[in-house]
Amino acid sequence: MQPNRRLLILSFLFTLLTLGGCSTTSEPETSGGAGTTPGTGGTVETGGTATGGGAETSAAQAGGQWSGSPLDDPSSPLYEKMFFFDFDSSEIRPEYIPTLRAHAEYLIAHPDQRVVIEGHCDERGSREYNMALGERRANAVRRFLEAEGVDPAQLETVSYGEEKPLDPRHNEEAWAVNRRAVLVYQ
Amino acid sequence: MKSIAAFLLFWLCYLPLARAELVIEITEGAEGALPIAVVPFRWSGDPNHPPPQDVAAVIAADLHRSGYFDTLPRSKMKKKPATTAEVDFADWRALRQDNLVIGRIEPNGPGGYRVTFKLFDVYQARQLLGYVFTTTDRDLRALAHHIADLIFETLTGKRGAFATRIAYVVSEGSPEHPRISLRIADSDGYNDQVILTSSEPILSPAWSPDGRRLAYVSFEGGRPSIWIQEVFTGKRRRVTHFKGINGAPAWSPDGRFLAMTLSKDGNPDIYVMDLAHNRLRRVVKNPAIDTEPAWSPDGRSLVFTSDRGGSPQIYKIPVTGGRAERLTWENGYNARASWSPDGRLLTLITRVGGNYRIATLDPASGDLNVLTDGRLDESPSFAPNGAMIIYATRYRGKGVLAAVSTDGRVKQRLALKQGDVRDPVWSPYYE
Repeated sequence: MQPNRRLLILSFLFTLLTLGGCSTTSEPETSGGAGTTPGTGGTVETGGTATGGGAETSAAQAGGQWSGSPLDDPSSPLYEKMFFFDFDSSEIRPEYIPTLRAHAEYLIAHPDQRVVIEGHCDERGSREYNMALGERRANAVRRFLEAEGVDPAQLETVSYGEEKPLDPRHNEEAWAVNRRAVLVYQ
Repeated sequence: MKSIAAFLLFWLCYLPLARAELVIEITEGAEGALPIAVVPFRWSGDPNHPPPQDVAAVIAADLHRSGYFDTLPRSKMKKKPATTAEVDFADWRALRQDNLVIGRIEPNGPGGYRVTFKLFDVYQARQLLGYVFTTTDRDLRALAHHIADLIFETLTGKRGAFATRIAYVVSEGSPEHPRISLRIADSDGYNDQVILTSSEPILSPAWSPDGRRLAYVSFEGGRPSIWIQEVFTGKRRRVTHFKGINGAPAWSPDGRFLAMTLSKDGNPDIYVMDLAHNRLRRVVKNPAIDTEPAWSPDGRSLVFTSDRGGSPQIYKIPVTGGRAERLTWENGYNARASWSPDGRLLTLITRVGGNYRIATLDPASGDLNVLTDGRLDESPSFAPNGAMIIYATRYRGKGVLAAVSTDGRVKQRLALKQGDVRDPVWSPYYE
C-alpha cells in the first residue's frame, strides 16, 4: 500500500494545486431562494487559485544547484510533507518518523516558521465523523513535532475530513492516499 | 385554507420557472400498495396554450414515490372523466382501482388558473374530497404537491410531505478548482436553486424548524465556521469560528438553540448554543470523538456519535448533560443518527461487511433494520412525516441522492445531470 516516491511527488504537486485553492479568501456568493438566482445556476466563484499555503514553492533553479529553501529541494527529506495513514488509524507509520524528525529540526532551527498541519480522511462513513478523524490525524503529527521540541506556537491544525480528496476515485488505491496529514508551510 | 393560499403565494413568488435538473427514477416498487388512478386534469382553455405543468402527473408521481400507492398508467385508462357526472365506477372497479382522482383546470385571468379536483372511493362510489383552488402558472406545481398531500393524508391517515423541500450540496469542477454549492429543491427534485457557492467545502446543512433558515458548515477562508442563512433573502451570519472543528449544526425543535461539534477545548465535544445570546454550553465532555448531535423531537435529549467505546456508536444524553447511554450494539460502525418526527425510530449509517448503509434503529427494542444496499451510503434524513428517508449514495461513479420508504419497500434515485450530489436534508413542514 506504500505509494512509491514518484506517486508521492505527483501527489504533492497535485496538493499544491489543491492547496492553492484552499487559501483563497474570496467570499462565497450567497443568494436567496429568490428569483435573483440566475436561471442557469451558473453562480461563479472567482479566483480559486490565489497563492498561499504551499504555493510559494518555486521551481528548481537552472544549473542543478539548489539555491532555494530545503523545503522545496526534492533531495531533502523536508521535501516530503505528506504522510499517509492506515484505515481507521491516526497512528504515524514508523517509516515517516525520520522525515518528521527532519521537519521538527527545521522548525526548531527556524522559530519564526509556521506550519499548518492538515488532516484528511477517505470518503467512507459519515462526513462529520470523518472531520473528527482528520483532526485526530493532524493532532498526531502535531504531538509528534511538539514531542520533538517544536514550539506549539509554530503549529496549527485543520481538518478537512473527506472534503478534499487527493485522488477523487472511489477505490482502495484512492482511499489509501486520501487518508493523510499534510504539512503546509506558511 | 386561507393560510395555505397565503403560504403558497409567499413561497411561490420566490420560485423561478421549473428546471428539471434533478431526475427522479423509481428503482424499486412497492408490493401491497394502494391502487389509485389519477386521471389527467382536463384543460378547458386554449388548447394551444395548455398549463405549464401536468398537474395530474405531478400528483401521481408524488403518490407513487411515497411507496403507499400503485398508480395506474395512463395507457390503461379507457376513459378520462373530468366531472362527477362522467365517472362510471364500474370502469374503475374493472381496473381494480380502489381510488380515483379527477380534475379540471380552467383559465382564470392572465396567467391564472382555477383547479378543481375530486377524490373518490371507487368501491363505495363515494366522493372523499373535493376542492377548488385558484392559482397562477408559477404556483401550479406546488399546488399539485399540495393536492397530493391532501390525497395522501385522506387515504393513509398520515400527513403528506410532498409540499416540502430538500437542501443538499453539489460539487462540480475539477479537484484543483472545485465549485461547491449549497442548493435547495422541491421534495421531488424540481426547482433546483443555488443559495451559496464556494471554492471551499460546504457541508452539513440543517433546516431551522420553520424551514426559513439553514445552518451549515463552510470552509471559506480555509477554516470551518458554522453559518446561519435565511433561505429566502440570502442574508446570513457567522455563528462560530473557533479554532479546530466547527461542525454538525443541529437546531432544537423550538429553533432557539443550535447543537454543534466544537474541538476548541482540545477534542471534538458537543455544545449547545443559545442563539439569542450566542451563549455556549458544553453538553458532552469526553476525551473520545463526540460529534453529530441530533435533538429528540421533545427537545429533551440529544443523540450523537462517539468512539468512546473503541468504535463509532450512537449514544443518547439529556440536553442538560449527565450520563450518556449507548443505543447501538450491532455492527462495528454506527454514525450520524437522527430521530423520526414521532420520536420512535432513529435513522443512521451502519457498516455491513465493508459497506456503509442506511438503517433504522428502534431504540426500544434494539432492532436495527438495514434499508439500502449501497457501498457508500450516507447522510440519512427523515421526511417530516416520517414516511421516507433521503440519503446520499453513489451510482455509476457519481454522488446521487436517493430516498427509501421507512419500511424499505420503495426506493428512488434523484440524479443531477452534472456534479456530485451529497449531504441531503429534508425540510420541515412550512406552516
